[in-house]
Amino acid sequence: MKTADKRPKLSRRGFLAASGGAAVGVALVTSAGVVSSPTGAWAMEVTALKPETMATLIQFARDIYPHDQIADRYYAKAVKGHEEQAAKDEAHKAIIEEGIAELDRLAAEAGSTDGYRGLGWEADRTAILHSISTTPFFQTIRGNLVVSLYNQKEIWPLFGFEGESADKGGYITRGFDDIDWI
Amino acid sequence: MTAPYELNDDSVVVVIGSGAGGGTLGNELAQKGVDVVILEAGGRHEYDAFTNDEWASFGQLAWLDNRTTSGSWLVARDFPNLPAWIVKAVGGSTTHWAGASLRFQEHEFKVRTTYGEIARANLLDWPITLQEMEPYYAKAEDKMGVTRTNGIPGLPGNNNFKVMKAGADKLGYKDCHTGRMAINSQNRDGRNYCQQSGFCFQGCKFGAKWSTLYTEIPKGEATGKLEVRSNAHVLQIEHDDGGKVTGVVYADAEGNQQRQKARAVCVAGNSIESPRLLLNSASSKYPDGLANSSGQVGKNYMRHMTGSVYALFDRPVNMYRGTTMAGIIQDESRHDTSRGFAGGYEMETLSLGLPFMAAFLQPGAWGRSFTTALDAYDHMAGMWLVGEDMPQESNAVSLHGEIKDQHGLPVPNVHFDDHPNDIAMREHAYRQGAAVYDAVGATRTFPTPPYPSTHNLGTNRMSAKASDGVVNGHGQSHDIQNLFVSDGSQFTTGGAENPTLTIVALAIRQADFIADQMSKGVL
Ligand SMILES: Cc1cc2nc3c(=O)[nH]c(=O)nc-3n(C[C@H](O)[C@H](O)[C@H](O)COP(=O)(O)OP(=O)(O)OC[C@H]3O[C@@H](n4cnc5c(N)ncnc54)[C@H](O)[C@@H]3O)c2cc1C
Ligand code: SF4
Repeated sequence: MKTADKRPKLSRRGFLAASGGAAVGVALVTSAGVVSSPTGAWAMEVTALKPETMATLIQFARDIYPHDQIADRYYAKAVKGHEEQAAKDEAHKAIIEEGIAELDRLAAEAGSTDGYRGLGWEADRTAILHSISTTPFFQTIRGNLVVSLYNQKEIWPLFGFEGESADKGGYITRGFDDIDWI
Repeated sequence: MTAPYELNDDSVVVVIGSGAGGGTLGNELAQKGVDVVILEAGGRHEYDAFTNDEWASFGQLAWLDNRTTSGSWLVARDFPNLPAWIVKAVGGSTTHWAGASLRFQEHEFKVRTTYGEIARANLLDWPITLQEMEPYYAKAEDKMGVTRTNGIPGLPGNNNFKVMKAGADKLGYKDCHTGRMAINSQNRDGRNYCQQSGFCFQGCKFGAKWSTLYTEIPKGEATGKLEVRSNAHVLQIEHDDGGKVTGVVYADAEGNQQRQKARAVCVAGNSIESPRLLLNSASSKYPDGLANSSGQVGKNYMRHMTGSVYALFDRPVNMYRGTTMAGIIQDESRHDTSRGFAGGYEMETLSLGLPFMAAFLQPGAWGRSFTTALDAYDHMAGMWLVGEDMPQESNAVSLHGEIKDQHGLPVPNVHFDDHPNDIAMREHAYRQGAAVYDAVGATRTFPTPPYPSTHNLGTNRMSAKASDGVVNGHGQSHDIQNLFVSDGSQFTTGGAENPTLTIVALAIRQADFIADQMSKGVL
């Protein structure tokens, strides 16, 4: 039975090499106007929002839709729209900055000395998300993310979804009925 | 060859909408030599312009004009401005549809008689019977090339079907097969056979699935008797002092208003826009809207009892390969109140691509319980549950008091509450759907809530008596002789079956009636 090739388009080897072997789950680095991966594999310019806000937003996005096989850069890409919108729209900027500040405040209440990102356990961060899950801030981020994350073609192979098929002649000779365990 | 008609040509029949109802009616009339202008709000995208990309296709084809919702249905919470998933394009929702083509059962044309009185349900028998519909069903099946009719073989079963079938066999279900589908299993009618590409909901790039876009419409145009005007959004139907309709006002592609005169007007904008248009056409003579002396325009909105069951397995399925609706279990479609509800439901395989699965598996969900389900996307099988829902007068399409659309007209609000019968049926269907998958070793199952409505029905219903509904058994409005309704809004009740075959059969039948009335000089 033919199963989908789950390797990302960017070959895993090249990607790991480029990112120093630590693709996911490592702390993001912020500096003036930039959020980057600790290995320098990718960087994102952030001018409207505070770089720390963007770094927290990326962690927040991962905590909403945690997939251990998906690298931070895809979460970064998924929330980048908020930076773009914040640049054009003060009200949106305020929603994001205030929402993230609230996350940091709740994290401090939960004992973190370094904001939301400083909470080491996902479960502790998730507990905070549960407490704000009905707020417009959470709903805006989540509602946007469910499209902007999962609509990235680059990550589809990680789930075994093969995407466009008409250009390959459909699946009529490519395994539409190849299940072998039923 | 396309016939261009003058705006002031009052001999044409104007059809509003080019989907299952309007596209079929337009072609059928043109074949009989009647001059027809179809006005279609959406653009014309031929099938090579379709895309195997869910959100991009949605942006290309779906009806995205603002709508609002109210009521206790989950769609109002999860998709407050998207009550329905239907299309604004030439071909209407037959571009998006899956192709399941089932006849109504005999009792489903007379549910008031069969089910008796059900509290809060506005039940009524149809003014027509299965016997009267049979010849038209046969014509529709032939036209659409429905598998398992007319000697057309069934489609081959894909992975998703094979899981369903194995479960159905284990549970002892007897009536499980790859469906009656308006999808070519062999080349037919100048169209390809299905290449199992798996993007039926995004428009079939092979033309294997029947859509009015590349069947009825070009055939009608080839007669020289049909003009399809795309990007023509009808705003109002006009009438004379005597009360007969005289034509329509529409906004063209540039947003300019045009007035097309007409001998008769047939409304086929699907069950939200059709009643909205009749209501928006209110005048001093018809203050409650056209054809609304009964007060039933927009009422009795039905959307079928729906839901889905997805299941995860320890081994791969790859359900997204092949036809989206690849098979059916029909054993639960009977009327059998021992199950705790009236009417029945169908179980039909369904698959969504990863982007739509993320949006629809459990709207609003987040966290690991949800994301681990998506992680196992290629180990997932799925089915859609579709059954008869109860018409209720309070479930209604009405005009919004404040919000206006881009043309300055009130947007429609869609109000819906499930009837207790709908809820009991859905619970039963969730249990049975999960049982099918559990029987073949599912490791987790998901009772997925209804999507925005794809089957929108009943808002201009047929009735024998003018006081009970909007149109008669030919879809002719009780109040205005030259005003017809030609889409699913005519349905008196919904049946358990997907509606399009019945919409098409009714359109063929209506074309016979209109041509006959014209030849007798009464229309
Ligand atoms: C994803 C999906 C899957 C489906 N699968 C199935 C299936 O397997 N089997 C089945 O039986 N049914 C299925 N359906 C339902 C089926 O598509 C509809 O029942 C059918 O197309 C309805 O026909 P209609 O003529 O009422 O409306 P439509 O086909 O929706 O056509 C209405 C047309 O009218 C146009 N219009 C509306 N208002 C105006 C206006 N004011 N002026 C001008 N034009 C206007 C619209 O743009 C549209 O093109 C599915 C639907 C969807 C969305
Ligand atoms: S699966 Fe078949 S019917 Fe569906 S889109 Fe592909 S070719 Fe067309």
